Amino acid sequence: MKWIPTALVLAAAALLPLLGGDFYVNLASQILVAVLMAASLNLLVGYAGLTSLGQAAFLGVAAYTCAWTGVKLGVSPVVAAGLACLMTLAVSALFGAIALRASGLGFLMITLAMSQVVWGLAYRLVAISNGDNGISGIVRPSPLGLSLDSPGAFYWFTLLVVVLALWFIAILVRSSFGATLAGTRDQPQRMAALGHNVWLIRFAAFMISGFLAGIAGLLFVWYNKYIHPSALSMTASAEALLAVIAGGSGTLAGPVVGAAVVVLLKNYASAYVERWNMMLGFVFLLIVLFLPEGIVPGVKRLLGRGR
Amino acid sequence: MQISRRTLLQGTAGLAVAAPASVRAADGEPIRIGLLTVKTGPLASGGIDMEVGMAMYLKERNNMLAGRPVQLIVADTGGVPATARVKTQELVEKNNVHVLVGPLAAFEALAIDDYITEKQIPTLSVAAAEDMTQRHPNKWFVRATSTSAQCAHPMGEYCAKVLGYKKMITIADDIAFGQEMTAGFQRVFEDNGGKIVQKLFPPLTAPDYGTYVAQVKSDADAIFLGFAGSNGFRFLRQFNEYGLMDKVKPIGGMTALDEAVLRNMGDEALGIITTCWYSAALDNPQNKHFAPAFRAQTGYDPGFYAAGTYTNAEILDVALQSIGGKAEDKVALMAALRATKTDTVRGPVRFDDLGNVVGNVYIRKVERIDGRLMNAIIKTYPDVSQFWTYPPKEFLANPVYSRDFPPAKNL
Amino acid sequence: MQFWIVQTLNSLALGGLLFLLASGFSLIFGLMRIANLTHGAFFMLGAYLGASLLRYDHDLGLWVSALLAGLAVAALGGLLERFVLRRLSRNPLGQVLVTLGVSFIIADACLMAFGGDPIPVPTSRALARPMFVAGFVFPTYRLVVLGVAILSALALHILLDRTRIGAMIRAGVDDPAMARAIGIPVSRLFTLTFCLGAGIAGAGGVLAGPIFSAYPGMDADMLPLALIVVILGGVGSLMGAFVGSFIIGFIYTFGIALVPDLAYVILFLPMIIVIALRPRGLFGRLAA
Repeated sequence: MKWIPTALVLAAAALLPLLGGDFYVNLASQILVAVLMAASLNLLVGYAGLTSLGQAAFLGVAAYTCAWTGVKLGVSPVVAAGLACLMTLAVSALFGAIALRASGLGFLMITLAMSQVVWGLAYRLVAISNGDNGISGIVRPSPLGLSLDSPGAFYWFTLLVVVLALWFIAILVRSSFGATLAGTRDQPQRMAALGHNVWLIRFAAFMISGFLAGIAGLLFVWYNKYIHPSALSMTASAEALLAVIAGGSGTLAGPVVGAAVVVLLKNYASAYVERWNMMLGFVFLLIVLFLPEGIVPGVKRLLGRGR
Repeated sequence: MQISRRTLLQGTAGLAVAAPASVRAADGEPIRIGLLTVKTGPLASGGIDMEVGMAMYLKERNNMLAGRPVQLIVADTGGVPATARVKTQELVEKNNVHVLVGPLAAFEALAIDDYITEKQIPTLSVAAAEDMTQRHPNKWFVRATSTSAQCAHPMGEYCAKVLGYKKMITIADDIAFGQEMTAGFQRVFEDNGGKIVQKLFPPLTAPDYGTYVAQVKSDADAIFLGFAGSNGFRFLRQFNEYGLMDKVKPIGGMTALDEAVLRNMGDEALGIITTCWYSAALDNPQNKHFAPAFRAQTGYDPGFYAAGTYTNAEILDVALQSIGGKAEDKVALMAALRATKTDTVRGPVRFDDLGNVVGNVYIRKVERIDGRLMNAIIKTYPDVSQFWTYPPKEFLANPVYSRDFPPAKNL
Repeated sequence: MQFWIVQTLNSLALGGLLFLLASGFSLIFGLMRIANLTHGAFFMLGAYLGASLLRYDHDLGLWVSALLAGLAVAALGGLLERFVLRRLSRNPLGQVLVTLGVSFIIADACLMAFGGDPIPVPTSRALARPMFVAGFVFPTYRLVVLGVAILSALALHILLDRTRIGAMIRAGVDDPAMARAIGIPVSRLFTLTFCLGAGIAGAGGVLAGPIFSAYPGMDADMLPLALIVVILGGVGSLMGAFVGSFIIGFIYTFGIALVPDLAYVILFLPMIIVIALRPRGLFGRLAA
């Protein structure tokens, strides 16, 4: 009966555009994009034990590739999306090959450094990126001839993509690959001694994580119809990481809850609380004090204790 | 009076209970103004002043414009383009605003460009992005402040003709705002016989300017500063540290020595010449009222962002009056905004057919007045358009100002 | 010629500034294995406190206000360690969440308390005046900062390598259980170390203030710099942080002057190369 809560949440999510106004539907779309970002990062942070502070780079590479090929080369949104996926995979492979030479704080730093290089290029390679002016005029795709221009249609499309991605992650982490990945996180030496290629397993996780972040990048750029270097700043990467940790790393529901909390505080509660940055900080502080393992595992623990 | 978001919302909630919006007579229904500003993060200084300026204007009129009550809803974009879009959607879709004032930064305006067109929301911005009123004009956009280069053009002429400078350096933040500003300066300065011998563009987040200061060619007459926010302030202090102030005269673009920066500077700023469409020291009836009132409330002089937003409020007021306060008629409001011709705190303004202001540009000099540093007016260029003296057609046929246009011939 | 001399002095001075910024981070990470992402915010808080102390009482002087601001930030760091981080010794992700969270709080509190304008930290007239050396001009204060950085490096070295407390700290790091068994108050030492690291950041912020000024966003500008220096030099190595600061000072100053197009990546490329080729950093004993 474990599927019942999931099914209820999905049904509620699918019905949202019929109930809420445009603003709330758009807010929900943004939450979904942030959820996919956090879930992609969670593969690295939670399941592979590699804390990255550069996940926004993949979002940015996909978004810029899609925007540049679509707006400047004039290819159709679907082709642009395909090129963006290829580009993201290529960049993930390159970054993974370099970053996986380090672990721990070194891994965090090298992912930060590489994402800062991409950020710098987005500012400086004006011929491609338009620099600080960003690229506007991006067109949303119309899959099967259905326009995604209305908030509701875009939301349903995003919901479909994100649910499929989460489903994929759920299968992946329960597969033998997932078990091996968790093994490289907890006992890297033993896994190597058992004949597993620890580097290759981590590399595969890095590629998948980057690719999923790229999908989030496509949704991001289609939603905003505009891309600016700030989307791949350190702050953006940190936000995704904080969402993973706050929600509970290494759990499937953790990044979903964490991303929802961060987006709601940042984009919704900020209308009512002038010092919303401070509030965000205090929320993180409270989570660490009372639910140090993250919201989802922490609440489970408290509920379990109550029984 | 501090217009807090929460009290406003409580106010509306109360109204909604008393009589649903749909059945209320139009004349009692408030005009809803959404202010897109920046209240957190590195750009907060200007953004907070924008809110003060806007709230001041409304308070002075008892929150009534064109005979209708006004509801101001303030949104904090944090200076991030994606958040600017979210907040615009919130103001439009949740708060149903009739008109937007803001946003602050060029990239924020570009991020909401397509959205305000789609939703047809009249927008009065202080953001300087050239192409929003040039090669890619937005018909829902008016700008009562200036483009990035609008104030730099006259300064180029002033440096060449009045100050007699032959060789100059430009330095600016490496963002569109800084690039466009210095490019406009370069064009006019060189068209008047000057030479730009060095162009420096430190990244927005440069930790230290020492390495740039040491590169400055000390045989140049002067250096044009195209910085915004705290960067110009930090650069100037470091420039002074290296004892260069007397050798290479600093010349300020429209935000480099803003009143917000001056209040934390010392005597080293005295005598620096800058250009802007405003100064707290301006002598006109509107500003004679505004600047002291602002100072009485905040304890400091109004600058670019406070005056820009106050000017927008003045223009909105005049436009609303001319259409009998019917803010719901967006097409009429937009037409009225662009047709507005009025005297404001920055002097007389009108708009060109792309929605950009035609107004005075002032050459100013930092002086100590009443014991504090102020930008005293030393020359007025009247009715300056975004095209300066160039024919608009020819101007628009060129590429937009950038790091590489106009090309540097004398480096 | 003058270009090379002035830029060399610039590199050294920037290196000194970076050491003041990074040494506290290195100290904390080396001894406690905590990546204190609040470090940039501590540095900024120090700069703001210094600026306000001097505004309140100009006769206080830069050095006294650096000391006072350092003590205040050290106290704050002590609270953070004692009441929050101590519970998270085996939870590095929790440490990331809470140190970033606290830096959000500090940054927003600074904006609320000090406003959004840049605030300079004034120096005495003598220090503000440029120095004339062999025909060229260099800011006196930058040379002073360089001197302070070298002195504080020496002081830290003596503290860790030559004193009883230093010996206890090293023992506590190498084998906490054994250290406890022989009666070393390990947890109190950790609090002390965290206070020291935070205090250096606070005082460093004041001393950097006359050059950087205090401004919103300073925390986010400074944190990556501290991380770069520490990673390049090797985590937990004071020597590494010292040498790393000056290497970054030179790379940044000359890199930007000679290849301006690299301005955005100049700080990060060397770090990528070093980590890729030598993951433990130039002087690190342990992998990060």
